[in-house]
Amino acid sequence: MIELISQHPFIAALLALLMLGLVFGATLGFGAVKFAVDGDPIVDQINAILPQTQCGQCGYPGCKPYAEAIANGDAINKCPPGGEAGIHELANLLDVEPIALDDEHGVEDIKKVAYIREDECIGCTKCIQACPIDAILGAAKLMHTVIVSECTGCDLCVEPCPVDCIDMIPVATGTRAWKWEIPDRDPSHNANIIVTDNTNNQNGHAA
Amino acid sequence: MNKIWDFHGGIHPLENKTQSLTKAIVTAPIAPQLTLPLSQHIGAPAKPIVQVGDQVLKGQCIAEAVGPVSVPLHAPTSGTVIAIEQRTIPHASGLEDNCIVIEANGNDEWRTRNPITDYTQLDKNTLIKIISHAGISGMGGAGFPTSIKLNTRDDIAIDTLILNATECEPYITSDHSLMREYADEIANGVAILAKIIKPTKILFGIEDNKLDVVDGISAALAQHDFAALTGLATEAEVITFPTKYPSGGEKQLIQILTGKEVPSGGLPAQLGIVCQNIGTAVAIHNAVCLDEPLISRITTVTGDAVNQPCNYHVLLGTPVEFLLAQSDYQKNQSARLIMGGPMMGFALANTAVPIVKTTNCILAPTEEELPTPPPAQACIRCGMCAEACPASLLPQQLYWFAQGKELDKLEEHNIADCIECGACSYVCPSNIPLVQYYRASKVDIRQRKVDHQNAELAKERFDARQERLQRLEDEKIAARKARQAAAKLAAEQRGKEDVKNAAVEAAVERVKAKKAKGVQESPAAKESENQANIIATESDDPIARAVAKRAAQLAEDAANPENKLIRAIDSAKQRVSKSQTRVVDAEANNDENLAIFKQAAEKAEAKLASAQQALIDFRAQSSAQE
Ligand code: SF4
Ligand code: SF4
Ligand code: SF4
Ligand code: SF4
Repeated sequence: MIELISQHPFIAALLALLMLGLVFGATLGFGAVKFAVDGDPIVDQINAILPQTQCGQCGYPGCKPYAEAIANGDAINKCPPGGEAGIHELANLLDVEPIALDDEHGVEDIKKVAYIREDECIGCTKCIQACPIDAILGAAKLMHTVIVSECTGCDLCVEPCPVDCIDMIPVATGTRAWKWEIPDRDPSHNANIIVTDNTNNQNGHAA
Repeated sequence: MNKIWDFHGGIHPLENKTQSLTKAIVTAPIAPQLTLPLSQHIGAPAKPIVQVGDQVLKGQCIAEAVGPVSVPLHAPTSGTVIAIEQRTIPHASGLEDNCIVIEANGNDEWRTRNPITDYTQLDKNTLIKIISHAGISGMGGAGFPTSIKLNTRDDIAIDTLILNATECEPYITSDHSLMREYADEIANGVAILAKIIKPTKILFGIEDNKLDVVDGISAALAQHDFAALTGLATEAEVITFPTKYPSGGEKQLIQILTGKEVPSGGLPAQLGIVCQNIGTAVAIHNAVCLDEPLISRITTVTGDAVNQPCNYHVLLGTPVEFLLAQSDYQKNQSARLIMGGPMMGFALANTAVPIVKTTNCILAPTEEELPTPPPAQACIRCGMCAEACPASLLPQQLYWFAQGKELDKLEEHNIADCIECGACSYVCPSNIPLVQYYRASKVDIRQRKVDHQNAELAKERFDARQERLQRLEDEKIAARKARQAAAKLAAEQRGKEDVKNAAVEAAVERVKAKKAKGVQESPAAKESENQANIIATESDDPIARAVAKRAAQLAEDAANPENKLIRAIDSAKQRVSKSQTRVVDAEANNDENLAIFKQAAEKAEAKLASAQQALIDFRAQSSAQE
């Protein structure tokens, strides 16, 4: 063998390359089968950003179809529940400029959940059929109720109810849910905001 | 002397501390009503264990901790529980939350106390249990339950205990006066802490604007043999360093005293460091050595709108307005009321809110003292904020991203490390309330995480539902196909059916023909049938259709009593064929219910036979009558 290599370095090199090619080819082939990616990863990534409210406001029958549409070049500003933050995330993912929410599809609203006025419910099951995520519990001719923790506030159950007993109510804001707002430019609105900034006309100075 | 380090940035605002230090600590009288919010700490709110009308004694537990991150609550004085309801709490939102309201009876009568004479005999877990039962949460900052902070993991050795006596924020002097008058209690608390976490070094950090207390603290600490307590060569040292805001920030203080930087998103425990506030140390001393839970604290009342600024030893739950009245508060001069200091505090909308575990200061400034912020201008990119930021962040960038709600960018720029100290806002020449942007954005980021989790859940449920609907649809189609096949099979079989059946069928046909004639003769039945048809075409509602069909049948029955029997035969036949299909299916699939199905088929056949018999009988009867 050593003799062969020393006598015919060219053939030896050729052989070595061939061997390498075979090894790598086999590894790649094996990897392609073993670690095959199911589905379209970019669609899944987009779908992971969409809020999964499944409300259809974007004009597609759910978030996944809209994710597919975005992957095929649709605008990223059609999802009101995702709002501005969602658009920014999508823009980041797809490396495009963020654009303002298209208000043709609705406006960003505070989070709400459905509430069934239970003594008015006739048990027609229509809302159950409408709820995309099975967040309503009930049976024919029996009172129905919404599982609040699961409800995404998509609004789809309100319309089908024949006796109009479903309300969309804002999620309670206790002290725990309360949050600071981004200040606006009108100082009178900021009366409750205190920071001693603005005292730098006094004798304090920066380090 | 331990070497000291410096941290990046920081500012030197006017200290304004002397006003409240002219007097010794005053014990505030007991307010007639004490309001105790159930959530004065970080974590789950405590759960009330008393009822309205209950008599409580001073120090009695009135609400217990729920879950691991929570602390209990105790009655600050003896009296009657008069309400457990929503009251405005001291919170930036000005919202209400659940509170227990106690009407004091003036006796201030203690529950029985069982002080521990020699805590050195107790082990770590017992001491931590005492601390957690005493309702102690951090008294300097956000109110994190102390017992959790002390319950360090065994795999990370803690070598340094830092006592935070910095009190870097202007105006506040509660810790300063505590050190002046309670040095022994502080030292005792430190000793208990040392016993619990067994550090090799105890560093007591004091800013150099409080040099008057250094000797007292050193002397008090010298009375304890820390080495004996920990079993290590532990030494305690008081370290003073130049005054600079915000040196009291936990990460900043650690850097000053040890030169180590807590990594972004990390905890001091990773570096083997535990930080405690001296107010907490006194509370620990009270809990262990006196069996007194956390029911009072030292609070500074100051600002130009009070005539007698001083520090109060005040019961938790005391209304702010009650305390202000003790200091001769001039309401007409006060511009706003602030709980906490001028840098990190928040404005109070309501003076009835109570003093809580974290209330270190009530500041009542006049308009000249703390003027209303002028309108914010555009950022001029001067970079002063970045120079002042103790966390080495880029506040102007964060401001930019916060305005655009670019949460990803904010996270990339480490907004999580912002301690909300307000140094950036303080130096900003454009008067931009920068911290407000960061506070809002931080909540947005947290909310987004929760939203993503919820979205993930919703997606799972949505997918599960889609799958289920698909499965049901598939099943329906499969069942229909099977039925069709079985019907074909049954039809073939029926070809060989017995003659009797054929005869009956012929009879039925005949009757039907006769009935058709009869129907023509009976206008009432016809009309109702028409009506039913109209209803059926007009309404797609299955219920309306069913009702209409039934009405038509009834009308028909009235016209011709034989109909009913014929229908019975029809439906019995259907049943027979159905049950036969089922038997065939079951035979094909080797179903375990085969026997039952066979039985059912036999029964159906018997029913059919009896229906046919009934018709024959009826006929015979009617012909006999004729
Ligand atoms: S609007 Fe948004 S939440 Fe609603 S279905 Fe479309 S992507 Fe989903
Ligand atoms: S309960 Fe109503 S609002 Fe809530 S997810 Fe279901 S359909 Fe939407
Ligand atoms: S508030 Fe935050 S960004 Fe501003 S100086 Fe303090 S740590 Fe830095
Ligand atoms: S200090 Fe104010 S004006 Fe200067 S860069 Fe920072 S935010 Fe902009």
